[in-house]
Amino acid sequence: MGTAPVGGVRPNVQRWTRLSRAFVGSVVGVAVLLAFVPVTLSANVTQKLTAFFILVMLATMWNALAGYGGLVSVGQQAYIGIGAYGTVWLAHQGVSPYPAMMLATLFSGVVAVVFSFLLLRLRGGQFAIATWVVAEVFRVVVSLDKGLGAGTGISLIELNRYDLAQRQAYTYWLTLFCAVALMAALFVLLRSRLGASLQAIRDDEDAAASVGVRVLWGKRVLYVFAGLGCGAVGATMLANTLFIQPNSVFGVNWMAFAIFMVLVGGLGTIEGPVIGAAALFLIQDWFSDLGVWYLIGLGVVAILFALLLPRGVWGTIEGRFGIQLMPVGYRVRGLLKREGRGASATEGGDPPRPADAEDQQAAEK
Amino acid sequence: MTVLNAVIQGIMLGGFYALLATGLSLIFGVMRIINLAHGSLAVLGAFLAWWVVDKTGISPFLALIPALVVMFGVGYALQLGMLERSLRSGPLIPLLTTFGLAVVVDNALLGVFTPDVRSLGGPAGKVTIASWAITDQIAVSAIGMLILGVAAAVLLGLHFFLARTGMGRSMRATAQDPDTAELVGVDSRAVYARAVGIATATAALAGFFLAVRAVVEPSSGPTQLIFAFEAVVIGGFGSLWGTLVGGLILGVAQTLGALVDPHYANLGGHLVFLAVLAFRGRGIFEARGVST
Repeated sequence: MGTAPVGGVRPNVQRWTRLSRAFVGSVVGVAVLLAFVPVTLSANVTQKLTAFFILVMLATMWNALAGYGGLVSVGQQAYIGIGAYGTVWLAHQGVSPYPAMMLATLFSGVVAVVFSFLLLRLRGGQFAIATWVVAEVFRVVVSLDKGLGAGTGISLIELNRYDLAQRQAYTYWLTLFCAVALMAALFVLLRSRLGASLQAIRDDEDAAASVGVRVLWGKRVLYVFAGLGCGAVGATMLANTLFIQPNSVFGVNWMAFAIFMVLVGGLGTIEGPVIGAAALFLIQDWFSDLGVWYLIGLGVVAILFALLLPRGVWGTIEGRFGIQLMPVGYRVRGLLKREGRGASATEGGDPPRPADAEDQQAAEK
Repeated sequence: MTVLNAVIQGIMLGGFYALLATGLSLIFGVMRIINLAHGSLAVLGAFLAWWVVDKTGISPFLALIPALVVMFGVGYALQLGMLERSLRSGPLIPLLTTFGLAVVVDNALLGVFTPDVRSLGGPAGKVTIASWAITDQIAVSAIGMLILGVAAAVLLGLHFFLARTGMGRSMRATAQDPDTAELVGVDSRAVYARAVGIATATAALAGFFLAVRAVVEPSSGPTQLIFAFEAVVIGGFGSLWGTLVGGLILGVAQTLGALVDPHYANLGGHLVFLAVLAFRGRGIFEARGVST
């Protein structure tokens, strides 16, 4: 199926623009430069950036579920905890700590496969709370396990074999690698055929199913991907803080932070969660001494964004200026221009929120 | 014998869960949304009653009256100020805003009332310690019976309200089809606000009994939300009688779990909930709209 000529003009379907090419290229460049941080900048910067990458991963994974699959989870802390406690357990079995983190991350993905069969029967709020119950089950089971430190927590003592600078550098590189790999994987996933069907599912599950989209498969891929990613969040968080406690690792505060970052940055955009993570990172730096009032502020800001600016900072910018830095959709150009309409309508293009994934599919072939 | 005792205690505990779940079930039945702040609002109601008792020294059962009125108002305002706008923005937004509200309420309670645990058990007097011995090993506590009775009365009252009164009919009509209900003169805004008001007041009533029966703390909200949700799912979404049955099953599952090991109480409930999801996919009395 080719692109049908409209009014005798063959429209130009494109994905990349000069801007988006330049941007993605510079992102790759920045990622390469970031790899040199531990050997060039101070330990303090290294550790803070590690914490920032962890927030980016958390926001990206939550956004993958909610922004692209329409699945609001308030239970991703289950996988954060499995990533962290899995690492501790493996290290106790004699696995070297950093490989243990990677293995625990993969294990989180496996657990997500199992629970996807249970949870994906549910939609909306039912899915949301059911994910939370699963996280609670893991919290209770871990707090009763004396081998894992029970309720009082446990530290990853195996990391003591590295000296401080070495440990910080390794943890930094692992976190950077995980964050970049997860974002790249999401980008590729969304540009694939599956990405278009996922967005169709998000916009209207029943309509998507009626035109042959494999709804359950698409959701499962996302859910497992997010489970794996949150496992990486847990493992790297453990490496960065060295100590974990079931009540905080399996705590719902993670989801409060994730929702804040994604709502502020922009639900359903690749760039938004990074902006949200940067915002939360700065706010934590400035205000976290305020304790409960800081959390109240986060909650209020998240509510206000949801009500007044539901597309977040980046979604609003994208919509207003028609730019897309990380292109996952398509744009059709050259249609209206040749018919003598204003160029702005074509150059700007539609806001990139791909409501009509079907058209994109058609355009792809 | 100990098992029979656990079942009896579980049924009375289940009365509490049914009461807790009623509001969650009602809002879902009328508006098809799940209020993730439900547990936190229950705890807010409990703290409100505790605050009145602390300031005035009156009986908690008297302090309950202003607390319920205020919480009805809170629910009403919540619908008009936040949920109404959220509902217009698609299915995700109400979840995110109510979750945000839960974070705000939990932390505000923490900031105002400190993390200390509070109880209304002392001020409530004899009712919290009285019990009837049935056999040597089985005793039925007065407060357990009272909560079970109140839960049954609230569900019966709500059933009567929905089935027999004009307001209840307009609520059921709005639940089925708000646009058509508007056409025949129902003010769906007011109906929704009333539904959220009633739901919030019943949540506060449950929170009050939690404080009378045991203790509340600012961080109790999320756990209460999970219990309410489990009761609703086990019983079947949107069915009020299902909510009662679901609450009772959850209560019994928890007391039987506690029989194995006191730490397993909540786990017992979680596992029954997961089993219901796994084997039925939907609860025992699944229904569309507000069924009575």
